[in-house]
Amino acid sequence: MHVKILGSGCANCVNLEKATRQAVNDLGLEATFEKVTDYADIAAYGIMRTPGLVVDEQVLLAGRVPTARQVKDLLAAR
Amino acid sequence: MSTTTQHDTRRQAARRWLLLTAAAAAWAGLYAVNEVFWTWLYRDALALDITTGWPSMLHFFCYDTVKITLLLTGIIFVVTVLRSFMSVERTRALLGGKREGVGNVLAASLGVVTPFCSCSAVPAFIGFVASGIPLGVTMSFLIASPLVNEVAIALLLGLFGIGPTLLYVGAGLVVAIVAGMVIGRLRLEDQVEAFVYETRLRGEVIDSTAGLTWAERLAMGREEAASILRKIWPYLLVGIGLGAVIHGWAPADFFARYAGPDNPFAVLVAVAIGVPLYSNAAGILPLVDALYAKGMPMGTLLAFMMATVALSLPEMILLRRVLKPRLIATFAAVTALGIVTVGYLFNALL
Repeated sequence: MHVKILGSGCANCVNLEKATRQAVNDLGLEATFEKVTDYADIAAYGIMRTPGLVVDEQVLLAGRVPTARQVKDLLAAR
Repeated sequence: MSTTTQHDTRRQAARRWLLLTAAAAAWAGLYAVNEVFWTWLYRDALALDITTGWPSMLHFFCYDTVKITLLLTGIIFVVTVLRSFMSVERTRALLGGKREGVGNVLAASLGVVTPFCSCSAVPAFIGFVASGIPLGVTMSFLIASPLVNEVAIALLLGLFGIGPTLLYVGAGLVVAIVAGMVIGRLRLEDQVEAFVYETRLRGEVIDSTAGLTWAERLAMGREEAASILRKIWPYLLVGIGLGAVIHGWAPADFFARYAGPDNPFAVLVAVAIGVPLYSNAAGILPLVDALYAKGMPMGTLLAFMMATVALSLPEMILLRRVLKPRLIATFAAVTALGIVTVGYLFNALL
């Protein structure tokens, strides 16, 4: 699984990554993480509010910082 | 779903609304006793003369800090919960295919109600322009969004009442609409970095606020209020501190004499000071309040405040990623000109 954290490096992105790593650990998944900070790349995903969470090229979440449990639900529902 | 879980969720919901009601009651109670308490403490309990000098300053500082913190917490919470029914994605969909003119009016109005922070200005700009929304319409949105924000509305309402608040909101909308239309007319599309037009939007658009539960919307309101207060408290304390000093020490007609309605340059100077000053509505309004009490006219003060919140160096540096310098300069100049006009107009009318 490949996780992309989209955002220009503000506090929200750090918190999103934290929540996602926690969720991935809790689910016992293997994942590689990548930060996407380039605005053109971020916008290309159709995201207009950072931070954004993209898993295997699928946008799961944009515009808010979720809790680890919410990310777990999103990952499980995929 | 089993009956027990259903029962539990209903109980949870009841508990949530009860807590919310209790919080609202506590808020109203604190707001009501705030002035009474500080006046009692300084005047009666400590036997100080709170009409002049440092006791007046201290009284003003304590009273204002509590009042403004309460106003901010309450209004940011309510506005965030209401705004969670809107999103940038929905705004863009509403703006799609609108002509200039109608589009500018709609964009400025949506700028007020759309949840938005300046850290998302760049992705939103790309998202708007790449999906074919005209440059001028996009600029109307980007100008209105910080200019007429919930913090400004909360504080204006609390410090000056409904009249000046409506005036500010109306003037802010007009500035955003007109500035956007002017930028649209100037045909500056070549002043946008080329990659913006080359950005291909792929994938499904995620609506950032769709399908949230009430519990999530209320949690968003709480978190937003906390995060904004965490971010702006230094500005707030400096603003209230300066306000307190002016309140306690400046002679009553000091500002009326130097920056009153008779001084034709007052608005120009106020805007010239306001543009490079990096603060937000929370830091500026306590100052505006104190200056108003010392006789500065409302038009000059509103222009000063608008210049401070609408134009800031950090935002322009961010926008440099997508806009070339000439467009940034035009954006700043047109907006500043609009604000100066509003200031003179209000001074003449009020």
